Amino acid sequence: MTDTTAPDTKPRAKRWPYLIPLAAVLALGGVFAKRLSDISGGYDPKVIPTVLLNTPAPEFNLPPLPGLGDAFTSNDLKGKVSLINIWGSWCVACTVEHPFLMEIAKTGEIPIYGIAWRDTPERSLAWLEKYGNPFTKIGQDPHSQTIINLGVTAAPESFLIDKEGIIRYKVTGIITREVWRDTIQPLIAQLNK
Amino acid sequence: MIIELGHFALALALAVALIQSSVPLIGAARGNVAWMNVARQSAVLQFVLVGFAFATLIHAYVTSDFSVVGVYENSHSAKPLIYKISGVWGNHEGSLVLWVTILSIFGALVAVLGRNLPPALRARALAVQGMISVGFIAFILFTSNPFLRLFPTPAEGNGLNPILQDPGLAVHPPMLYFGYVGFSMAFSFAVAALIEGRVDATWARWVRPWTLAAWTSLTLGIGLGSWWAYYTLGWGGWWMWDPVENASFIPWLTGTALLHSAIVVEKREALKSWTILLAILTFSMSLLGTFLVRSGVLTSVHAFASDPTRGVFILILLAVAIGGSLTLYAIRAPQMEGGGVFAPISREGGLLINNLLLTTACATVLLGTLYPLITETLAGGRISVGSPYFNGVFIPLMIPLILLMGIGPLLAWKRGDLAGALSRLKLAAGLSVAAIVVTMVIAGFSVTDIGGAFGIGMAVWLAASSLIEWSERVKFGRTGSWARIANLPRAAHGMTIAHLGMAILIAGVSGASAWKTETIQIQAPGETVQLAGYALTFKGVTEVPGSNFTAERATIEVKRGDKLVATLHPERRAFVQPPEQTTFSSIHTTYASDLLTTLGEKQGDDGSYVTRFYHEPLVPFLWYGILLMGFGGLVSLTDRRHRVGAPRRTAPQAMPVPVAAE
Repeated sequence: MTDTTAPDTKPRAKRWPYLIPLAAVLALGGVFAKRLSDISGGYDPKVIPTVLLNTPAPEFNLPPLPGLGDAFTSNDLKGKVSLINIWGSWCVACTVEHPFLMEIAKTGEIPIYGIAWRDTPERSLAWLEKYGNPFTKIGQDPHSQTIINLGVTAAPESFLIDKEGIIRYKVTGIITREVWRDTIQPLIAQLNK
Repeated sequence: MIIELGHFALALALAVALIQSSVPLIGAARGNVAWMNVARQSAVLQFVLVGFAFATLIHAYVTSDFSVVGVYENSHSAKPLIYKISGVWGNHEGSLVLWVTILSIFGALVAVLGRNLPPALRARALAVQGMISVGFIAFILFTSNPFLRLFPTPAEGNGLNPILQDPGLAVHPPMLYFGYVGFSMAFSFAVAALIEGRVDATWARWVRPWTLAAWTSLTLGIGLGSWWAYYTLGWGGWWMWDPVENASFIPWLTGTALLHSAIVVEKREALKSWTILLAILTFSMSLLGTFLVRSGVLTSVHAFASDPTRGVFILILLAVAIGGSLTLYAIRAPQMEGGGVFAPISREGGLLINNLLLTTACATVLLGTLYPLITETLAGGRISVGSPYFNGVFIPLMIPLILLMGIGPLLAWKRGDLAGALSRLKLAAGLSVAAIVVTMVIAGFSVTDIGGAFGIGMAVWLAASSLIEWSERVKFGRTGSWARIANLPRAAHGMTIAHLGMAILIAGVSGASAWKTETIQIQAPGETVQLAGYALTFKGVTEVPGSNFTAERATIEVKRGDKLVATLHPERRAFVQPPEQTTFSSIHTTYASDLLTTLGEKQGDDGSYVTRFYHEPLVPFLWYGILLMGFGGLVSLTDRRHRVGAPRRTAPQAMPVPVAAE
């Protein structure tokens, strides 16, 4: 076993490149330490905030379902308080939520727009045929482009939009009677003033 | 009583580890043989103690001793035996005990098998192992003690999360830990070498088998996890770039790089400081994975129940282990270089580019995993980094790597002949192009198929060039080729097998990404859905009792034309304790593609259910590829030059023609 490194016979190598890994690790360690102290201080990384709350809804232009009127665009949201509901014929919870949307639609207190997500027109139409259509307009988003801009995590999800097209409230999951009565209806009244 | 003995044994193991981490170091510095030998004795003793502690924990789970907190929280008397045992590591505390048990196994192996290691190197490496043990045993005893009692004793336990009650997942953690912890050997030897200030071929010859064993186990462990996700989570996904999946993949990438750069150190005594850095980083990444999963700093489906106190402890552990080793590296590594010089185009050059690509890939995955956490912590606001990023940056890095994997083994050490190598690979290139064309024809010349077809082409390139290299080496088909096959080092066979496995894996990834089709619908009994040429008829659901669950079991008839090809039974299982539901998919496989069915929720009163069907072309190739890679690793491990304790063979080291390329 011969020692071929012979450290002293060669010109001294630059030292600083060998410090890079250490520096990187120390920086990362600092981030972790801050993160842990944030968590100890009561910060909960599991709560997903609505990034888009109180910001304008993204621009979109979604094609209609065949035979059901015009395209649904972000311009439709201007001028009145409205609700956008994300659904799909594949979404089980949507069938649970649906009767209540039908009820709201009958009262006419707010226009409900639908976005048919990750679905085919045939299936969407068949589903509406079976359960009824509460929507003023429906746009199709089969490839989730608008859905991603809206920050949707799962269907059903609903957004309350004010007259200027700004997102004011978001319901993740089914709109229950309680949420509607206690939160959304008062908010609609306030936004309509 | 038994559990208290286990607790006591672990506390004793901490004391032994403290001795192991200090006395041999002093002995090695002073050249005191007796003090150096303490390393071996204490490593074996530590194995006995930790192994005993682990055994008492298994005993408590098997006998359902609910007076132990961990057993009460994670086990249930009505659970099948295998899940009682796997329940030991199905929780944070128990899995750490498994971690240190494996660590102590490795330590004992070095002590027992490493007779002809230089005594000082052995003493120092074992001392570093001892330090890791100190950290982790202290972590267990002070923050995550699985030996605590509960009074009064509950009559029944809470049960293991049903999603973990699966044979694949029972062995997944041990395989993964064996990989993670196995890399600690390379780490300990690297730190020992830094302390000595010397790295040579002997060092590399020692590090390689441990790295190879760890790599093989990690490869199979990751594969097992992916397979489990595929057949249980019920959406036909096998990899989703989840932070915890990435946490196992990052050390795999650096470990793969280490495996290859250690060859250069062994054969040519070059790339020394780089190899040392990789050895440190690989284990550091394993530790980082442990930290991410357990500290609660990030959110993931896989994460253990989080606790910031534990997080702080692991962070300090990490800072000491990684920071300490890298400080030592910064001091000592600048003097390490030297050894064989080589031309850019050579085997060494190829392996170096391999290393650069793998570490870049590792860095991109690490960045994508940590970026949301970093921005959120420093700037506030949430972002998420998903598959588009990972696929977007990872795949472009893999393409040159795969091309290189075909060429590299054909290059000679020191100075290679690129034109010669390429001309020997004409056949592989031709086959690859032909494969792309054939795939496009079969798939129907759609633009969306280009990616998939290109992937298949890459797979064929790698498979063909690996086989060409192997058959040239043994002069296949000419007289005496069988003897040459038998005489070829096992490590060379191992390389060919592992590279073939990689080729098959690539084909699987390409097929699964490009041509997967799925359909989700509500089906009433008797209704039929078409998917990828199959007609799937839903025949209804029956209730079936299981060992500790009740299943809603669907019957789905699969027909191709008029022929019944399979009857599938996807299930929804409602567990008694804890009261949770899981899906259990049912798969019809042709061994080249899968038809995966899952059952969703009940709809209405007419017996309708939500059903999901996925056609997954080439997914079985993923599992074949991973198995073959693991098998390649095992074959390579049986190479006599890797056999721990084998006398150093006076192998031809600097012959112009490649002798053994692993």
